[in-house]
Amino acid sequence: MEPGLLQIVMLVVARELRLAVRHWDQVVQPLIFFVVVTTLFPLAISPSLSELRNIAPGVVWVAAMLASLLSLESLFRPDVEDGTMEQWALSGQPLALLLLAKTVTHWLLTGLPLVMMAPWMGTALGLPVSVWPVLAGSLALGTATLSILGAIGAALTVAVRRGSVLLALLVLPLEMPVLIFGARAVDLATHGEAVAGPLNLLAAMLLLCLALGPFAMSAAMRVSME
Amino acid sequence: MWLWFYKLASPPYAYAIAARWRPWLLWSALILMVISAYGGLVLAPPDYQQKDAFRIMYVHVPSATLSLSVYVIMAVAAGIGLIWRIKLAHAVAAACAPIGAWFTVLALATGSIWGRPMWGTWWEWDPRLTSELIQLFLYLGYMALRSSFDDTQRADRAGAILAIVGVVNVPIVKYSVVWWNSLHQGPSISKLGAPSIASPMLWPLLLMMLAFMLYFAAVLCDRVRAEILRRERNASWLASVAAGT
Repeated sequence: MEPGLLQIVMLVVARELRLAVRHWDQVVQPLIFFVVVTTLFPLAISPSLSELRNIAPGVVWVAAMLASLLSLESLFRPDVEDGTMEQWALSGQPLALLLLAKTVTHWLLTGLPLVMMAPWMGTALGLPVSVWPVLAGSLALGTATLSILGAIGAALTVAVRRGSVLLALLVLPLEMPVLIFGARAVDLATHGEAVAGPLNLLAAMLLLCLALGPFAMSAAMRVSME
Repeated sequence: MWLWFYKLASPPYAYAIAARWRPWLLWSALILMVISAYGGLVLAPPDYQQKDAFRIMYVHVPSATLSLSVYVIMAVAAGIGLIWRIKLAHAVAAACAPIGAWFTVLALATGSIWGRPMWGTWWEWDPRLTSELIQLFLYLGYMALRSSFDDTQRADRAGAILAIVGVVNVPIVKYSVVWWNSLHQGPSISKLGAPSIASPMLWPLLLMMLAFMLYFAAVLCDRVRAEILRRERNASWLASVAAGT
């Protein structure tokens, strides 16, 4: 019997989660990276919380963006190298859907832990506790968008040797709007202002990426596998 | 009706057409540039506020306009190449990228020179400047992606996908940057000074824009011909063209 689309998505998600459990160090590394990068700023700028508080939204967001970028390298490469991706492309199932399922799982494993960890790092940089929901919410919407945009870049560069610098060069300019609105939402929240505007725009960008991104991913992946 | 389109897509025909158009485009661009430079630098009165410093506008505004429109042309050409699998469209897209990147650099450089006496700083994190800088990054990313493939056809298709994703992003980048700074900064200095621009200042600007576009088309002809030469280096028609001249 032909498996349904939902069943296929569940199979992909289950496979990715199982792989992640067996290579749990790859899941933890971007998180450690996130903490290390955030630690650099107090060392470089000033240990005083009153100064750090002003730049904390930007610092947390930039660190999260870089951590998300770092984890993209391992998104498609192992599957392309061992031939799994080729089997997917030939399987007759929609490649866009398979790649989207893979990206969503990737976000669950890298984006979601970042979202949960960010409030702690924010507090360490002097953000008040009242900002936690906005920080976590903006990062949840934002890192999901970053994962999809990054997956397009990863699919484009997967066939390129030493593609990680290239990947950063391609993906970072495309990701800048997410950074702008994400950091702005947190910044507004620290000053006690309304945050609905930037959060709505982040959600709109996520929906746009969800709707169109998978097709760009699968087109890019097919080019990479020629 | 579509015949001319298919004909244009054939490399030998396009090679010959580009060679024929190029001098007309180039000479009309140069003549218009001289006329509008005279109009802008000599005939136009000094600005009541900026004095003579505003005259850099005649280079700055056309190059800033082209830096955006060349990207759109590039993405449209890349899309045509991807959808109808026309190799020549990919060649046009590849030829657009360095020209567009240089227009962006020119816009940034002249803007910076203009900003020094007017705003008192070489660089300001103003929405327009920032979005122009991101535009430059998009061009650089496109060229970096192309150059990382050895196979031209793969470079074409991968670059096309990036160009199309990038063009979706251009308005988002533009507006996000505008929104981003509106929180902290008051009304920014409008590039054209007064709400409406006086006609002795305006006509040289419009003429200069036209001249820049013609110049872009002329350079594009050259670059497309070079792309065709590189891509078709083993084709037999090229040997007969070379033997004929």
